[in-house]
Amino acid sequence: MSLGLHTRRRLFSHTMTLLSGLAVVVILVPLVAVIYEAAVQGSSAFSWTFLTQRPPIACTPHLGVSCALGGVYTPFEGTLILVGLASLVAIPIGIGAAIFTVEYAKERRIARVISTTADVLSGLPSILAGVFVFSLMFQYDKPLVYSTIAGSLALSVLMIPIVVRTCEEALRTVPESVREAALALGIPRWKIATRIVLVAALPGVVTGAMLSVARAAGESAPILLTIGDGCFHPLEGVTQQGCALALWIFIGATNNAYQNWDRLAWGAALLLILIILAISLTSRFSLNRLVRRMKGGP
Amino acid sequence: MNTDAGSVKLAIDHLSAYYGTVRGVEDVSLRIPPQQVTAIIGPSGCGKSTLIRCLNRLHETLPGARVEGQVLLDGENLYDLDPTLVRRRVGMVFQKPNPFATMSIYGNVSAPLRFNSRMPREEMDRIVVQSLKRAALWDEVRDRTDAPATSLSGGQQQRLCIARSLAADPEVLLMDEPCSALDPIATAKIEELIAQLKKDYTVVIVTHNMQQAARVADSTAFMYLGKLVEFGPTEQLFERPRERLTEAYITGRFG
Repeated sequence: MSLGLHTRRRLFSHTMTLLSGLAVVVILVPLVAVIYEAAVQGSSAFSWTFLTQRPPIACTPHLGVSCALGGVYTPFEGTLILVGLASLVAIPIGIGAAIFTVEYAKERRIARVISTTADVLSGLPSILAGVFVFSLMFQYDKPLVYSTIAGSLALSVLMIPIVVRTCEEALRTVPESVREAALALGIPRWKIATRIVLVAALPGVVTGAMLSVARAAGESAPILLTIGDGCFHPLEGVTQQGCALALWIFIGATNNAYQNWDRLAWGAALLLILIILAISLTSRFSLNRLVRRMKGGP
Repeated sequence: MNTDAGSVKLAIDHLSAYYGTVRGVEDVSLRIPPQQVTAIIGPSGCGKSTLIRCLNRLHETLPGARVEGQVLLDGENLYDLDPTLVRRRVGMVFQKPNPFATMSIYGNVSAPLRFNSRMPREEMDRIVVQSLKRAALWDEVRDRTDAPATSLSGGQQQRLCIARSLAADPEVLLMDEPCSALDPIATAKIEELIAQLKKDYTVVIVTHNMQQAARVADSTAFMYLGKLVEFGPTEQLFERPRERLTEAYITGRFG
């Protein structure tokens, strides 16, 4: 034995500290690298016209001719419409299902069935949501196979389980004594659920809804399968082919010989990261406020 | 309202209440006179809270809970009526003050009015003020009815809950150990208030505090292991109990 027990233990402790530190670095490096790369590459595409101009035609610069950069107006508009429509479908349905399980079904089996289904659905590979809506449209309404509305439906399939689970959690944080107090006043159950319990749970519900919006804004697989390719002319309504930031990134990245498309795709990537970051931070902020209020603060 | 000595506001008739297969109240029959304070005493777990929770049909809202027998309110069986409407006629104050934390003082008292009816704002204001006055809280909150309900002290919150119940204009007021979470001064205020309230309402109060029952109640019921042991005028029950079990309890030999 050349090393004393104490020294061996110290060595072991230092080694483990180093290893877990390394694990942190391994996690942080790709995250920081992705954001850094998108920020550096993408910011060169940012300009006054980045959000107002449409994507340009494909162009390879040759002697003396430079290519118009254009902007991501159409993809940006498309993403807003897609996520907005998906939210209109998913958030009311999700909140409704959560109210049903927490306020009405309670300990009955149907409540567990809904919660478990939402759990399973939230782990659904997102491309399957796209496949599902694609085949649904193909079977029942062929003209809608490639359309903004099909894309929003696919996104809402992904959003609903998130809204259901977070909303259930939020409703459960409202103490049972609140419901009893309201029941004892002769207030009907549906009013207790919608006007007292839901209002008390609102910060948590809003947080859940925003998380689902962030998820939908960043999704690409279901969109690529369903919205078609409407990035090169003004959007013509939700039943026509659509465009989205994720789709534009895909187009730019797979056609990177066209320098202007490539740069614009980086710009779209940075914009998407910023949008999701903004939504996440806002929802984190409102979650903190909820926790403070639960503790009796302002 | 009928006030003669022999009349009955609430007639509990062979009432049993179950939690799943466990029977919490066993075959209780009791006649509660109008505009008096009736106390229900007994050791923890004797079924006294369960019993009054059957009087506004709140017991049955718990999963697996069930009620047998009937309760007549002015001769009408509560269990044949719409439970929501029953609860508007039979108000309840709980052990722990439970104001709606998301609402103001005004919002709490006006809740039964806002959610159960449509009325002009002036009418609502009038009822809110009147209810706060009846609950002896008005003088303490008149300048800050828009403040959150949670800014009040525990005793004030309990009086706020009483005001909220009164705003629903009930005939009967059930109180489930309304002072057990309060300090002696707040307790004294609530007891004083109960004495006032019986002029207009039939009050049924559950308490494990025998002195409190002796102070506030006109009649007292003693329950043990889910059964009604003895019921009579408070003075008689405490000074000349008929049952040995009652005597053993009020003299502190168990419970």
